[in-house]
Order: sequence, then C-alpha cells, then structure tokens
Amino acid sequence: MEKGPHPNPLPAIRLRPKAGFGGQKGGARGLTASVEAARMSSEKFISIEGIAKRYPGADGGKIAVFENLWLSMVRGEFVCVIGHSGCGKTTVLNILAGLDEPSDGTVIVDGQAIEGTSLDRAVIFQSHALLPWRTVLGNVAYAVTSKWRNWDRARVKAHAQSFIDLVGLTGAEHKRPSELSGGMKQRVGIARALSITPKIMLMDEPFSALDALTRGTLQDEVRRICLETGQTAFMITHDVDEAIYLADRIFLMTNGPGAVLAEIVENPLPKDRGRFDLHRHPLYYAVRNHVVDFLVSRSKSFAAEVPAHDPRNVPVVRIGRPELVIASVSEAMHEESKQTSWPGQTRPSTSS
Amino acid sequence: MTTSLRFRAAIVSVALFLAFIGIWHLATRGTASVATMSPEYAKLMGATATEGKSAMPGPSEVGAKLWEHLKRPFYDNGPNDKGLGIQLGYSIARVGLGYLLAVMVAIPLGFLIGMSPLISKALDPFIQVLKPISPLAWMPLALYTIKDSGISAIFVIFICSVWPMLLNTAFGVASVRKEWINVARTLEVGTLRRAFTVILPAAAPTILTGMRISIGIAWLVIVAAEMLVGGTGIGYFVWNEWNNLSITNVIIAILLIGIVGMLLDQVLARFTRMVTFPE
Ligand SMILES: Nc1ncnc2c1ncn2[C@@H]1O[C@H](COP(=O)(O)OP(=O)(O)O)[C@@H](O)[C@H]1O
Ligand SMILES: [Mg+2]
Repeated sequence: MEKGPHPNPLPAIRLRPKAGFGGQKGGARGLTASVEAARMSSEKFISIEGIAKRYPGADGGKIAVFENLWLSMVRGEFVCVIGHSGCGKTTVLNILAGLDEPSDGTVIVDGQAIEGTSLDRAVIFQSHALLPWRTVLGNVAYAVTSKWRNWDRARVKAHAQSFIDLVGLTGAEHKRPSELSGGMKQRVGIARALSITPKIMLMDEPFSALDALTRGTLQDEVRRICLETGQTAFMITHDVDEAIYLADRIFLMTNGPGAVLAEIVENPLPKDRGRFDLHRHPLYYAVRNHVVDFLVSRSKSFAAEVPAHDPRNVPVVRIGRPELVIASVSEAMHEESKQTSWPGQTRPSTSS
Repeated sequence: MTTSLRFRAAIVSVALFLAFIGIWHLATRGTASVATMSPEYAKLMGATATEGKSAMPGPSEVGAKLWEHLKRPFYDNGPNDKGLGIQLGYSIARVGLGYLLAVMVAIPLGFLIGMSPLISKALDPFIQVLKPISPLAWMPLALYTIKDSGISAIFVIFICSVWPMLLNTAFGVASVRKEWINVARTLEVGTLRRAFTVILPAAAPTILTGMRISIGIAWLVIVAAEMLVGGTGIGYFVWNEWNNLSITNVIIAILLIGIVGMLLDQVLARFTRMVTFPE
C-alpha cells in the first residue's frame, strides 16, 4: 500500500478507466478536453478576486465570514462547493449572483467586473422560490418576459413551454406551486433558470430538501442539461456523492468565521460517468474519503495546521490511481467483493 | 360530516333565536296587576300604567314596525322623517367615500413606508401619535375647518380607516419573502414592475386584512359621527328616534346596523379570499 504522496500524480489522473463507465461517448469527452484546455491556458470565465464579507460584531468590531477569497472558473465547467453550515457558501454565491455585495474585492465575469444581478447569471434557489400566486407556466413566463420584454404572449408561452417540457413537467403547466411535490417545484425552478438561457447557473443546495430518488433524477437532468448547453455551473452542496457525480472540480471550504478555500479537488472520474456505476470506479472512494476526511476533521483544524495557506494559490488535489489495484482493475471492477478494498488504498497527492 | 355539522349548528342557531324571542316576549308582555286610578289619569298615563304593559316593545311590535319599514324603505317626508333605506344609504355613502379616500392614501403611502426604511423611521413618530386618537376627537376641528357637517363625517371616516390599512400595507410590503424579491432581482425586474408583479400580490392578503379591519371600524364610527353631526344617516336616525322615545325604531335601527356591518365585512372577506394564495 502506498503511503506517501503519489510520486507523479499528473499522469495518474489522466488515466481513464478501461471500460464499463456509462458508455463513453466522444461528445462529452471532447467537452472535458476543452474545459481542461481552457483551464490550462488560465482563461478565466469567472474570477473572484480577493473578496471579503464582514458583518458588524457584537462588541462593535467586525466579524469576517471570509477574507481575501480567490477562486476562478473556466467556461463550461461544473464546480461544487462543499463546507460546513455557516462557512459562507451562500454568501459567496449571492455575491456571484449580484444579490449581495462583498465588503472588499471584486468579481469578474467574462472580463467585466459585475455590478448587481444579471440575466446572464441564473440562480436556482434552495427553497425553489416560486411565486405561489402564479402557475408553473406563469412562473417560467415571468422569467421569459423579464428577459425579452417585447415578445408577444404566444412567443413567451411557447418558449416557457419548451423549458417546462425539458424538465419533464409537461401537463402540469397550469398547476400552482402548492399543488406540486418538492421535486416538481425544484424542476420549475430549474426550468425558470434555464428559460432565460443564462451563461452561468448558480445553485444553492438545490436538491437538499428532496428525497433521495427525486434528487438522483434531478441530478441526472441538471448534468445532462449542463453538458448539452455548455453551461458554467456553480453549485453548493452538502452531499459528497452529488459533488463527485456532478462536479469537474470540488472546492473545499473550512469552517467559519474566517473561512478559507482550503483545497480544490479535481474530479478524476471520467466526464461521461453514470450515476449508477459511479461508486464502482476505482478512484471513487479515494475522492470520497478525501472530501469526507476534510469535512470531518481538517475543515476545523485547517487554519492551525496550514498557517502558511496562500489564498491566491490554493492547492489542487489530484487523486491518483491506487497502484495496487491498477493491475487488476478491469477484473476488480466487476467483482463486488473487492470493492471494499478500494477505499483507503491511496492517499491524495497535493500539488499547488 | 361537514354538512351534518352545519345542519346541526343551524338547528342550534334557530333554537337560540326562538328562545331569545320567547324570553323577550315573556319579559315585555303586560302584567295582570293594574293600579287603580281615576279614568282621566289612566288615559293620561297610557297603556304602560293602566295595563301593566312594559315600556320596552315586544318582538311582535318590533316585527310589525320592521315590516312597515321594509314595505316603504325610501319615503321622504321632510328632514325628520325619511325611510330607513334613505338613512342607511346616506351612511353607506359617507363610509364609502371616506373609506375610498383612505384607500387612496393608505396603500401608496403604506407601500412607500414598507419599501423604504428611511421613510418608515421618519414617519413612525407621527403614526404612533396620530393612530390612538379617537376619530371623534377630530370632529370639532373638522367642523371648524371644513364647515360642512357631511364632509366632516366623511373626514372622520377617512381618519379612522386610514390607520389599519396603512400599517397593514406597510407590514405586508416590508415582510414580502426575501427570496421572491431576489427572484425579481436576478431577473433584472425594475422597481415599478417589481412592485406590481411581486410585492403587490405577495402583500395583498395582508393589505386586504387591513382593509377589512378598516371597514369594520368605519362602520362603527359612522353611527357615532352621525349622532354628532345630525341631519341624515342611520346614526342620526337612532338619535332622533330616541328623542321621539320610539324604542321600537331604535331596536330596528340597531338590527339594521348590525346586518349592514356584517355584509360589508363579508364583501371584504370575499376579496381577501380572492387574493390569498396557498403556499
Ligand atoms: N446579515 C447578517 N448579519 C450577520 N451575520 C450574517 C448575516 N448573514 C449571514 N451571516 C453570517 O455569515 C455566515 C455565513 O453564512 P452563509 O453564507 O449563509 O453560510 P452557508 O451558506 O455556508 O451555510 C454565517 O455564519 C452567518 O451567521
Ligand atoms: Mg447556505
């Protein structure tokens, strides 16, 4: 069993599993390649530059939720943010959405510092935030008329309907939100966000209030839509599996107050991963354990353990393929009994 | 189950009503003991003294008189003798006018207070002082400045119905769920459109509740106001009939005031239901 850092992590992550993961298709792969190419060339689509958020403290002073936070995303990338409650995830998302203003620093999107909200940045709210006095169609149409003010009714309706169909709500368009299940409400929220054809989707724990089955279905839908439309997505989640399934990169935040972006975990799983065989991937448990370990212990002690943490140069974690398993990987993948031997066989390697 | 409950409740209501009429009838019927007096004196004293009849009219008398009023509600025999329909009409018209003025002032102002913390804080002391003043306390000032009793009554209605509407509108607007506002903000909806498409529908149930409280207060106050200013209206009618010592008419007026008040409340309750949304 390998204990130290992986000697040469980069080649290891570029390795793709041999077969059996959701039927590899060229399209999805091509997109991954372009995302990676874009990241390599440091072509930032979203760049959060040294933002801070402070609130007045109890004794007249200021309490900083976070200070000097830097992060960037490339076009078409899916990023998940994980961290404990109260560390400031929602605050970051609201600042990115333009709903909140940072006490310091700027956010640059597509080469321009953002000023307030924009129809280019759609938000999917945790509590779906549907207008209860409007029907499903009315809620989506409200977004459509907000973007295209001079469209006539028929055009707005047709456009809204196409997005209602996209999220699988055909037939429910005249229902009111109170008549819908939680999952259906969140679908309306997704349809509303997508209907304005945004460049960026911001999602604040969109599925946390849903049951596991509905959550899974909606994860599939969101993933499919994001891949098809080349959406850049920023999602907050508490669900490690959700992050591993959806994200290209997982941002780990330490506990607040004074939270920092501690690590960026690159997802080593292939872009065309399927939700059902995700956990069979030889690297799945390594990624999962790394994230869970962070949440369980290191998120609290990070500031003390890494005093020299450079917020502008956050370590990128690339989880390598476990050497012991690699020889028998194709075989092990089909043997249920050996699955338990995957976790913990490797340690993530860290490089900045 | 619901219909059966309703049915049983209706039976109890009817039973209570009949019991009330019965007790009323028993309490006001003539007594046997009649004082002996000279016929001239008895004639002077009337039935109350001679037949031991109660001064309080019984249900049959009130019923007969009510029927008389209902048969010709709109007669007009000069300033002191008008049909009940006309008197109620005057009162409703005054309430309607004062209330409408109050709506026109309270709702926009309430919106402003609800949307702007600055205006809310600035106006708060005035509202706090003005709100607890009895509307009738304004009457002398109104009569002095306006110099018209009818318009003064309308002003009193205005001033009493403005507060619940103003405060409820401000509260409803200020407590619109943040996430709904945020939806409008992320969609770059302008302030005016946001006010009409998000804040108004969201606050409408609270605003209508305020309007319902206001119409109730306005109807309470109009009777008192009309007693003071005189001339016309159901309040004046009550006072006039008291001066005529016609307790029968007073009772009929009281009954009608109650019924009209209930109808006004029902209308507003229906509007409130129309704008209420399930969550
Ligand atoms: N208006 C506010 N005043 C003071 N503190 C606030 C305010 N809003 C949020 N906070 C604090 O900011 C921190 C981060 O909040 P939030 O971004 O919602 O966290 P998360 O989404 O990660 O759970 C919390 O500790 C919270 O107490
Ligand atoms: Mg949050």
